[in-house]
Amino acid sequence: MTSPARTDTPPEPPLLEARALTRILPAVVPVTLVKDVSFRIGKSEFVAITGPSGSGKSSLLYLLGLLDRPTSGQVLIGGEPTDALSPAEMAHIRLKKLGFVFQFHFLLPEFTTLENVMIPMRKLGKLSASDQLAQATALLADLGLEDFLHRRPAQLSGGQRQRVAVARALANSPDLILADEPTGSLDSAATEQVFDSLRKIVETQKTTVVAVTHDMDLAARMERRIHLVDGQIDWDRQQA
Amino acid sequence: MLLLRIAATHIRNRMRQTVVSVLGVALGVGFSVAMAGLMEGSQRDFTASLIDAIPHVEIIDEQRAPAEQPASAVYDAVAYHGLRPKEDLRGIRNPTEALAALRDWVQGKLAQRLSGQAVLRYSGQDIGMTLTGVDPKRELSVSKIREDMRAGSFEDLATTSNGIAIGDKAAERLGADVGDTVTLTSASGVAKRFKIVGLFHTGITTSDEGLAYAPLKAVQILLEKPDIINSIAIRLDDISRANEVAARAERQLGYKAVSWEEANEGLMEAFFVRNVIMYTVVGAILVVAGFGIFNIVSTIVHEKARDIAILKSLGFPESDIQQIFVLEGLVIGILGALAGSALGFALSSYLATIRFEFSQDVEVTHLPIYFSLAHYLIACLLALFSSAIAGYIPARKAARLNPVDIIRGAT
Repeated sequence: MTSPARTDTPPEPPLLEARALTRILPAVVPVTLVKDVSFRIGKSEFVAITGPSGSGKSSLLYLLGLLDRPTSGQVLIGGEPTDALSPAEMAHIRLKKLGFVFQFHFLLPEFTTLENVMIPMRKLGKLSASDQLAQATALLADLGLEDFLHRRPAQLSGGQRQRVAVARALANSPDLILADEPTGSLDSAATEQVFDSLRKIVETQKTTVVAVTHDMDLAARMERRIHLVDGQIDWDRQQA
Repeated sequence: MLLLRIAATHIRNRMRQTVVSVLGVALGVGFSVAMAGLMEGSQRDFTASLIDAIPHVEIIDEQRAPAEQPASAVYDAVAYHGLRPKEDLRGIRNPTEALAALRDWVQGKLAQRLSGQAVLRYSGQDIGMTLTGVDPKRELSVSKIREDMRAGSFEDLATTSNGIAIGDKAAERLGADVGDTVTLTSASGVAKRFKIVGLFHTGITTSDEGLAYAPLKAVQILLEKPDIINSIAIRLDDISRANEVAARAERQLGYKAVSWEEANEGLMEAFFVRNVIMYTVVGAILVVAGFGIFNIVSTIVHEKARDIAILKSLGFPESDIQQIFVLEGLVIGILGALAGSALGFALSSYLATIRFEFSQDVEVTHLPIYFSLAHYLIACLLALFSSAIAGYIPARKAARLNPVDIIRGAT
């Protein structure tokens, strides 16, 4: 009699995990920005972080993006804890695995659209110069910006700039895009364009997008929504 | 390259400030180079004149320590009082033997001399002179007196046993000329007639008014020092061995041997101090230029806070951010150093063409400029060091900026 072969494989760790995250700003009267926040986010998720103003949405995003360190708790990326990493190691993870989109585009004003997208690629140095150029061009074309490759940010509209920022966030094919009010400074048409771009990324590239937004209509159109109140998770649910 | 590109973009966007900062460094480097060339040129010119004018090593009839008295050889006493020192006739005895001993190993030319005081009389006028008895051929091999001759010939001393060469100023005072006969009287009252065979002009007034050359034998007779000399002048093939040769000659002969460096120790120290002062001033100029760079890089750091935040969020580590701003300082420093080197060369070349004509003398002189790559390297390295420090201080501040604070401030 032979025993059946074991086919069990260990479960894949979540792409992003927050474990009891707390961030307190040291001051005469310490300010608690984020309090005991825990959740897991898997691959290809399109997650909205919502909440009233001052609820700690952006602070939570900075902690998840390793731009800030928690007072207590842990952020795990791909199952790897990040609390013991040096600033240089955190910077390397940001370069390789994360992409950021902020409310303001934060494009480097002296560089063209194409150059802005190529900067993270050049820093990582994984691709040859010609491949960098081809990939950056393709990314911008995917976002409908093929006619604006050599324009400077000042020569673009708000929506176009923000889509360039999305392309830059995608430059090194990250696992996770973190967006902080990506449509916060845009009109409704541009908001739709940027939102569609983010949705397309999730659908076609299987990249996870976590976006902080105060736009309830947009949040309602995302797969999952984590709602914060006073730095704590009020509720966290999947949406239709 | 990416960091350099970002740095270059930053400074290009502040062109006017960049040009002012580059000019500050360029002026610092340019004037440093010109000043260093002038300083070293004058030092080398002066040293060369000095080396031409004096022997590289001179052995004189003195000892460094007082001569041992006969009593100290006989009595083993702690101290002696009231001793009358033994009278000794000064001078280097057996000069032929001493010269032969030196010729065995000294690589250079040697000439013996006997100098003493005498009064020169002509047409009822007296002038006190330092009379130097020389072997004319040997003297010409160790000194540049031939180049200083203005009338007659120094070589004629070899063929005129009672010939004398005096300074042109002394001749002018006396109203004497080549071919005239003068009387020299020694301190002991011995008088002898000499015929002027040459007039020289060294440019040193004390020599031109009070120095005379005559054949060694004639001077030995006048000063009553037969077969005695009181100095040996050595002109070395390799001037850098002067100290070594002097030390060995002193050990060998027992007489004091002085190298040109020892004889001019004070002057060498003065040159050293002068160079220290010069490089301190140069350093100060470049520090001031550094403040200009500090100012522009600090301004850029302030203006580019958002860019710093975004670069950090993109994954640029602190070291990269620091490098960008240090590079900005260095780029300004390099541009300033290059422009300053060109300015320094142009300035030095111009200074070298300036000529001074002195009405009281026949000589025409110019500013002695010494062109040396070392001056350019030192000035450029100091400028780059100053630029790197000036860039590093704001760069460190930039690297430590917290991106979250900047992003929050912007949103």
